[in-house]
Amino acid sequence: MNRIEQRFAGLREKGERAFIPFITAGDPTLELTGQIVLELAKAGADVIELGVPFSDPVADGVVNQEAAQRALLHNVTLRDILGLVKGLRNQTEIPIVLFTYYNPVLAYGHYRLAEDAKASGVDGILCVDLPPEEAVEYCTAFQGQGLSTVFLLAPTSTEDRIALIARTSTGFVYYVSRTGVTGERETIESSVHGMVTRIQQHTKLPVAVGFGIARPDQAREVAAYADGVVVGSALVRMIGELGAAPDMPARVGAFAKTLADAIKGR
Amino acid sequence: MSAYAFSSETPSKHPYPDARGRYGAFGGKFVPETLMPALEELDVAYAAAKADEEFQETLRRYQTTYVGRPTPLFFAERFTHHLGGAKVYFKREDLAHTGAHKINNALGQVLLAKRMGKKRIIAETGAGQHGVATATACALLGLECDVYMGSEDIERQKLNVIRMRLLGSKVVPVTSGSKTLKDAINEALRDWVTNVGHTHYVLGTVHGPHPFPLICRDFQSIIGRETRQQILEQEGRLPNTLIACVGGGSNSIGLFYDFIRDESIRMIGVEAGGRSLDPGEHAARFAGGSPGMLQGAMSYVLQDPNGQILGTHSVSAGLDYASVGPEHAYFRSVGRIEYTHAGDDEALEAFQAVSRLEGIIPALESAHALAHAMKIVPEMNKDDLVVVNMSGRGDKDVQQAARFLLPGETF
Repeated sequence: MNRIEQRFAGLREKGERAFIPFITAGDPTLELTGQIVLELAKAGADVIELGVPFSDPVADGVVNQEAAQRALLHNVTLRDILGLVKGLRNQTEIPIVLFTYYNPVLAYGHYRLAEDAKASGVDGILCVDLPPEEAVEYCTAFQGQGLSTVFLLAPTSTEDRIALIARTSTGFVYYVSRTGVTGERETIESSVHGMVTRIQQHTKLPVAVGFGIARPDQAREVAAYADGVVVGSALVRMIGELGAAPDMPARVGAFAKTLADAIKGR
Repeated sequence: MSAYAFSSETPSKHPYPDARGRYGAFGGKFVPETLMPALEELDVAYAAAKADEEFQETLRRYQTTYVGRPTPLFFAERFTHHLGGAKVYFKREDLAHTGAHKINNALGQVLLAKRMGKKRIIAETGAGQHGVATATACALLGLECDVYMGSEDIERQKLNVIRMRLLGSKVVPVTSGSKTLKDAINEALRDWVTNVGHTHYVLGTVHGPHPFPLICRDFQSIIGRETRQQILEQEGRLPNTLIACVGGGSNSIGLFYDFIRDESIRMIGVEAGGRSLDPGEHAARFAGGSPGMLQGAMSYVLQDPNGQILGTHSVSAGLDYASVGPEHAYFRSVGRIEYTHAGDDEALEAFQAVSRLEGIIPALESAHALAHAMKIVPEMNKDDLVVVNMSGRGDKDVQQAARFLLPGETF
């Protein structure tokens, strides 16, 4: 079992849900990203999604697009991000998933990236524009190194596709709570609970829900039925607004704690 | 003419796309999961429409009575004498309604969307020609239409922005990234992911996830089918060489596709060489790019060593794109189509030459194909035949061209 599987197994024993924050690596700097990861771990995060900045993020709303742009201004690369994770592994055992677009993965090479990611202490990878149909070599490479390959499901997914993605995913399944791009929303769609239940009928893997969850009350609502709750843009927006302020990582951590407490029912 | 209004027989040596939408190593479907069911729906709906004689008949009727097809094949006599080599013909897509070949695909796709029961159309546009064509088809068929356009392109193609608005479409400025075609496609994809239930995305070129490259190729391949018949009528034989510009690659695949089987015919795609082949200064994907995945398809991409997409430049907004249709990448890999590039200066020179010699102001995109003809035709035999695709007319480019050609004068 890798760190992701161990963490979910532990949570399942305790009857707890996972808190999965997303942040963009390199925004505002790689060094500060490292500090934020440590604060998030301290605040009660279970898995960190580390966004790999990409020039053309078609699945992202404005907040995450701008964060990627800020990171790319100082040329943050996948190699730099692996270096960051490697450094963090002296300080934390929190599971880390790379959240990326496919072209940087292709440019690095499936097998080379899988090997280097493993060696750096990365636990899984999620590629937002890579459906399972195109992911045969990718799965072989990453699963071959014991890394989780997380795939996404969406409100439009058919029963056949739910079955396919339940089969192809390892670690957990990511359910995109609404049709659309990443970003904060006022309400969680009522269909989410039913879809999560349908997915759970296809797989024993944990099902995490993301896209649009921004506040503790929303996180609590989703944690009532999902195995994990992903919060991204709300954190990324806060990081963007605070920038390099000296207390930025601590303040992000304090907000994350309110989310973690809501998800854990504390 | 073929019994079908928009299908071309697949050349048996090149049975692509396959069921996965692959052209050899290129193509495929690389999109967020939300869109996968929509692509499957489109695939099924398109196959049904293609087999439906009534749909074919409707399309044929509009092609003839609305678009003005067949477009003429014109012997460019003064251009030919000026170059002193092969006989040069222009396939006059600039005379199609709205002034470019883009209407062939836009009309077909909007008809298809209507057949699928979609209420709303979105499109991206670079030079504005695809946006105008889609806005036109939506006006004709009574569908709502939003067109995404980079703010830099809005600046250099103002005339087309006004046309789209007159036609009842909304033009949505895109200010992210390089503010050009690539970013307009990103924004259109984001809209489609959000509104996929009732919206059809009319992608304007032979790029994007399967089945878009196939659908667009089918609707554009009428260009080559007409050309075959017309050159046989006028010359009694097939051409030796076909030349077309390649942005995403729809006018070129449209001209070439019906001739793929005729292996003695040389085909040349001309990309935008921009100011130079330094990164960011051009859009010559085959000269300066490498295999990668952008916006749904595996193809050639202008990218840095870390897989980030590079900026592009061309005097022509319609060629200013970081990737190229996957079928082009395939035909290049098997050596069936050659690719080269023409720079901004060469295109502007051809733009003026053809205006003066033939009384035809070409689109700056088409001027890239003409520029290459000016390089190779003088070396060819006098009885060789060359067809250049005059993919669009240049009215939209007059202001942009004037900035380069008449510096110091104000417009």
